[in-house]
Amino acid sequence: MSLVARHLEANGLPTVILGSARDIVEYCGVPRFYYVDFPLGNPCGKPGDRVMQQAIVQQAVALFESATHSRTTVRAPFEWSEDQSWRDKYARVDDSNRDSLRHKGELRRQQQAQAKTAGDARSPMID
Amino acid sequence: MKSASSKRYDIDYMERTRLYYRAMGYETDYQWAHFESVPFTVPARPVRESRLAVITTAMASDADASQRQLAAYPSNPIPASLLTDHLSWDKDNTHTRDVPSFLPLEQINRLVEEGFVGSPGPRFYCLPTEYSKRTTMKEDAPGVLELCRQDRVDLALLVPL
Repeated sequence: MSLVARHLEANGLPTVILGSARDIVEYCGVPRFYYVDFPLGNPCGKPGDRVMQQAIVQQAVALFESATHSRTTVRAPFEWSEDQSWRDKYARVDDSNRDSLRHKGELRRQQQAQAKTAGDARSPMID
Repeated sequence: MKSASSKRYDIDYMERTRLYYRAMGYETDYQWAHFESVPFTVPARPVRESRLAVITTAMASDADASQRQLAAYPSNPIPASLLTDHLSWDKDNTHTRDVPSFLPLEQINRLVEEGFVGSPGPRFYCLPTEYSKRTTMKEDAPGVLELCRQDRVDLALLVPL
C-alpha cells in the first residue's frame, strides 16, 4: 500500500494511509500517514464502536489539508485496551509453536512451488 | 516494575516478521521497500469539494483468495462482509466481521452528509497485499491510478489491514 500511495502521489493524486504497522509504512516513506496503534485488522477503529470509527476516519481525512510536507504522521488518540498483552502476541515465536511453524513453512514452500508451476506468481506475506 | 501486559510500545513489525519467517525455515529475510525521498502533492481543491476514493487490502466476499488481483466494486450499497482471511491481520486479538472497522465507506458517507467531504468515489478498490515489490510497481500501482482517473477521484484514502 505504501508503494501505491507513493505512485499516486507522484502522479498528482494526494493520499493518506490509514493503518497500524507504523515501522513498515515509515520505513518505506509515504506522504501522509494516520497511525492507529491497534492490532492489525481494524485500522478504522474497534469493531462495533461507531463513534471511534467516525472520529478516526474524520481525523485521517483531515490530514489532506493539515499536512504541509511529506512523511507527516499523526497518531490516533485511542487505546485498544488497558491490557497491552496483544502487543506481545502478534507473530510470536516461542517453544510452544516452533515445531508447528517449521511444518507450516514446509507446507507453504510446497504450495508456492505448485503455484509457480501453475503460473501464479503472486503470494501472500504471513498467512 | 510494570508487568509485560501493561507495557505500551510500538510493535516492531519488520523484526517480528523476520523472526517468524526464519522460524518457518526461510533463509532469506524479506527486504521492505525503503526510499530517501517521498513525493508530495498539495490537494487541488478543498476536501469539501473533493471526491474521495477508498483502497483496501481486503477482497470481495465471493472472490477467490488464490486469485489475488486488483478489483473495483460499487461503493453503494456498502458490502456486508469482505474476505480478509488471506491477510496477516492479528487473528488472535481481533476480528474483521465489522466492515466499518477496516473499510470506511459508511464513515465517508457521513462526512459527505456533514459537508466535510465533497463526494465518495463511485467504486472502492481492492488490492490484496502483494509480496513482490516489482509486481506492485509494474502492475498494481498503475492499475489503481488508472481506476482513480476513470472515476475522476481527487483524493485517495489507502487502508491496509
